[in-house]
Amino acid sequence: MMPVRFSLPGRYVSLAATLAVLILLYVAGCLSFDRFASVRVVVNLFNDNSFLGIAAIGATTVIISGGIDLSVGSVVAASSILIASLIGHGMHPLVAMAITVVAGALFGTLQGLLIACYRLPSFLVTLGGMFFIRGLGFSIEPQSLGITHPFVSETLINDLALHFGKGVALSSTASLFLLILLIAMYLLHQTRFGRSIYAVGGDEASARLMGLAIERTRILTYAFAGACSSLAGVAYAVYTQSGDPACCVGFELDAIAAVVIGGTLLKGGVGFVVGTAMGVLILGLIQTLIAFKGDLNSWWTRIAIGALVLIFILLQDRMSRFRPPANATATTKVKVTVG
Amino acid sequence: MRAEPTQTFTSLGRILALIQPLIQPLIWPLAALALLLLFNLLFTPNFFAVEMRDGHLYGTLIDILNHGSTVMLLALGMTLVIATGGVDLSVGAVMAMAGASAVQLIAAHSWSMPAAVAAALGLSLIAGMWNGILVGYLKLQPIVATLILMVAGRGIAQLITDGSIITFSDGVTAFTALEFLGNGHFLGLPFPVTLVVSMLALTALLTRRTAVGLFIEAVGDNEQACHLSGLDPRLVRFLTYAFTGLCAGIAGLVAASNIKCADANHAGLFLELDAILAVVVGGTALNGGRFRLLGSMVGALLIQTLTTTMYMRNISSDLAPIPKALVIIAVCLLQSPEFRTSVARIFRRQEARL
Repeated sequence: MMPVRFSLPGRYVSLAATLAVLILLYVAGCLSFDRFASVRVVVNLFNDNSFLGIAAIGATTVIISGGIDLSVGSVVAASSILIASLIGHGMHPLVAMAITVVAGALFGTLQGLLIACYRLPSFLVTLGGMFFIRGLGFSIEPQSLGITHPFVSETLINDLALHFGKGVALSSTASLFLLILLIAMYLLHQTRFGRSIYAVGGDEASARLMGLAIERTRILTYAFAGACSSLAGVAYAVYTQSGDPACCVGFELDAIAAVVIGGTLLKGGVGFVVGTAMGVLILGLIQTLIAFKGDLNSWWTRIAIGALVLIFILLQDRMSRFRPPANATATTKVKVTVG
Repeated sequence: MRAEPTQTFTSLGRILALIQPLIQPLIWPLAALALLLLFNLLFTPNFFAVEMRDGHLYGTLIDILNHGSTVMLLALGMTLVIATGGVDLSVGAVMAMAGASAVQLIAAHSWSMPAAVAAALGLSLIAGMWNGILVGYLKLQPIVATLILMVAGRGIAQLITDGSIITFSDGVTAFTALEFLGNGHFLGLPFPVTLVVSMLALTALLTRRTAVGLFIEAVGDNEQACHLSGLDPRLVRFLTYAFTGLCAGIAGLVAASNIKCADANHAGLFLELDAILAVVVGGTALNGGRFRLLGSMVGALLIQTLTTTMYMRNISSDLAPIPKALVIIAVCLLQSPEFRTSVARIFRRQEARL
């Protein structure tokens, strides 16, 4: 059942639509504004959206596994203040980063445990997680905290950035985003863990019948997403050179919007991290376009994102209707699990 | 009105027998609320002090009722939506839209208060119908469908207010009238309480005295069976989302009137989560099929009491989310059959050891 569904050419249609929108927006920008078609715009697109990208990659894996993670924004905020506070206490940034990412992964594991072992709805557990970790961030440090360590302000910001000349440079956080993207692509498409994620999200009952370790897959997925979110927090801390427990409110919705625009089905089982990366770039392009336009207010961004999400969801919905109805098999599956 | 002791006893028993089916399902949220109130009785001075000033009641308990009213209004609609197996994430954004439109219509176009309120409620009804069309007729997943309005709604609200916070200007009669919604008093109690009670009565009448409640539960329980028995699940869904939009609109007007301004960015922010929490705490199952309006009200009061308790004990408002999160997880765990069996297993093991 599963390989047949995935070998349908339809799996790429949504991805192609995402790519088309991305190209269309870029070309529209180039045609409307003189200075749009420059390396600077493209590089800044990556620089300014790298932390959203990293978080959205984590959200993609969770959504492919059939769940949802609402704690993203809070984890980003708490991670940024954790790393800022650790560095402020004299710790080397690399050690602080490692601790932050491990903490994020542990938090993800905890959420995964609750979701997988006690079969709680992921929506509610991560909602609780969102409140919890937001409060925890404030208990580390109630106000935003600057990072002045030379390793961050010199090495990470300047030395590790890829300079293209004329003051244009791809920041280290953007490189981190691309690196995480490659790792996630490898994990999802080349490893047994990745295939289990697709199987669990596509049809849990058949995945169980195939003997896949569903609980382990779920827990590991949330752990990976937690690590991604806290890495996004690290990237945010480097990008702004500070940590802020109040930042990134509603950030999870941007991440989910990027995932949806990227062609991942919210029902689970279908999707690509590459699509999510494109979705992040589309969100960034919309913001850039509105910034270039100048006379449009920034709240048009929210409306534009909402409209795009609607279009993509409707598109995916129409496409999934073409699949043969699964009702007959669904009932037998229920019987099997009950028996 | 003095009765003989035995008579009192029997009539008390009769009353208990009458309210027992009402209380029984609410036992856990009520117990939690009682525990929290007991804690406050023992450790928070003046928590239960209620005084009468100018014929109005004041005190912490009244504040809880007053501040809890927005979440209670949201929870009313949310209960029905969750009972159909859905969820509405856009209520916070709809609140912002309703507040923004009413205040802007009065401030910029000098509409009268009833007209502005009617327009704002109309807008929120349309917002709810939009969700209803997406979920009911286009069959989108509720989380996703309402996410769209959650993201775009705040943008629309900012579009209405032109991005600024509009405060009520003094001396405008329409604003004075609108202020009554959030700050007025009726029968000694804050007016929002009256609003909540009448909306609750209306919803309870509509759902429990007609077949509508049964329809809603049927859709949440088994959509196919519902369809086969001649009921249109699409219409039921559509109507519940429209009703939730209306409830959110009323809550938005109360919130705007309470703080005397329309703030498109912060009005109703995260209240959708509080509303969902109130519904779940109140015993409505998240996968639909049954609902408890009174439970949701108790849930909303529980959340507000928790928040107020923390304020009164000088716990920073930034830390307030932590106990809320623990309550969500605890309630979910208590509802999870897997958790119950694993706890039962631990107890059984101890018995075996003895």
